[in-house]
Amino acid sequence: MPKVIVDWLYVAVFAFVGTIMAALPLGIVWLLAPRADLPQKTLTYESGVIPFGQAWAQFNVRYYLFALIFVVFDVEVIYLYPWAVVFRQLGAFAFFEMVIFLLILLVGLAYAWRKGALEWT
Amino acid sequence: MDWLTEILKAALLTVVVFTYLAVVTAMIGVYLERKISGWIQARLGPKHVGPQGLLQTVADTVKLLQKEHITPRQADVLIFNAAPIMVAVAGLLDWVVIPFGRIGERVLVVRDLNIGVLYFAAMASLTVIGILAGGWSSNNKYALLGGLRSASQMVSYEIPLALGILWVAMIAGTLSTVGIVQAQAQQGGWFLFKLPQLDYAGAPFGILAALTFLTAATAEVNRVPFDLPEAESELVAGYFAEYTGMRFALFQLGEYAEAFAMAALAAIMFLGGWLEPNLPAWLWITLGLAAVLVVVLLLITGASRDLLIRPILILAVLGAALCVVMFFGVQAGRSPVLPSPVWFLTKMFALVFFLIWMRWTYPRLRLDQLLNLSWKVLLPVGLLNLLITGFLITVVRAP
Repeated sequence: MPKVIVDWLYVAVFAFVGTIMAALPLGIVWLLAPRADLPQKTLTYESGVIPFGQAWAQFNVRYYLFALIFVVFDVEVIYLYPWAVVFRQLGAFAFFEMVIFLLILLVGLAYAWRKGALEWT
Repeated sequence: MDWLTEILKAALLTVVVFTYLAVVTAMIGVYLERKISGWIQARLGPKHVGPQGLLQTVADTVKLLQKEHITPRQADVLIFNAAPIMVAVAGLLDWVVIPFGRIGERVLVVRDLNIGVLYFAAMASLTVIGILAGGWSSNNKYALLGGLRSASQMVSYEIPLALGILWVAMIAGTLSTVGIVQAQAQQGGWFLFKLPQLDYAGAPFGILAALTFLTAATAEVNRVPFDLPEAESELVAGYFAEYTGMRFALFQLGEYAEAFAMAALAAIMFLGGWLEPNLPAWLWITLGLAAVLVVVLLLITGASRDLLIRPILILAVLGAALCVVMFFGVQAGRSPVLPSPVWFLTKMFALVFFLIWMRWTYPRLRLDQLLNLSWKVLLPVGLLNLLITGFLITVVRAP
């Protein structure tokens, strides 16, 4: 078998058997731990008062904003990985090409910064 | 049939790695954290269960196994139950690419993936899905806020973390974790201090990259000073506020597995992984004598009777022993003197100690400060460091 398939076979087995291993203690708890149902016990915790409304409500839009900026930069970083591996062989030319790519992205960061997308208030 | 043997081997390795995580990172990790926290705060930490409180975490685990699982009525049951398992498995998957050492020609690693560090970064960011799932499905306001904070924090610090990894990949010319260590072995120095072509003049860049990486890694594993997602004083326990018993323990396991994995990766990328420090014999004996001096001073002044000074005494004795062994080993011309996993584990635990130390040194950041640090400081600094180092090794000192 090619090495790369065995590699990912291992990762798949790790994910699968790992899930079983992680679920195992939960099974032990199911066998050992007491169970007693009380209506107060399954109430959502809210510092001891009766919970007010649902938690599944609106939340600050800024969280989305940061997620959006993240997507841009994460894609950029993904492009950088193959470049980083081979750039020693390609030399100065590849380096300057990547500088141009990064500068364009930095303009994006500067724009977001200037527009106040990076401010929390 | 070699498939089946491979699958069986993989399954066996999973059990081994999982046990390692449960015992070394979770149990010993929690014990060390409590003990070191105690010493830093001038108290003793756990000391009643077993010798020096060593069995405290075992007792805690047994206790947690007997605790009832409470699922809040309002929660989304399926996601609520799956979240801790997701966090624990994400922590486990990191360890596939961590090499522990080299015995002869054989590298002690589960699989040396050719995209090792990229895989690591991807698996480390899987945790955020589990955390967000846990925070959201609890239907608890504290948990939701914790989950959201964690998501925004982890995506923000993902970029500086990746820049630190990229810097190393650029220097080493490979993404494989084993390859990175071998690149350091080839040039005879850690990337922290020594770069190819630049030699020791590259130290400032290496140290900068390591600091960027460690800061981002601390934030990525939600540790103080970046522990806003689970800030006890504001959010109870953040995303795991509703979790009881063993489910809570699984979150903890995932978190410690991740923190140790980050320390291990930092040791591999910047501190030469399993490589032995290449110091001359006279330096080893000087260090050893200095440690012996500390021991003698502690014993003469009687300070060693103080229980809070005792850890320093133990560390000095261990350090002295190590230096003396290294001195005679180097004198005898043996290389490496000690088995390589010893060095890897020493470096990893040193970095874990550093993480715990930071916890009691810095106060928690505010959310806007946290995001500013990532986007306005670490990201530009990481990019500039990448560009300047790249410029120096391709253009100024072209091979």
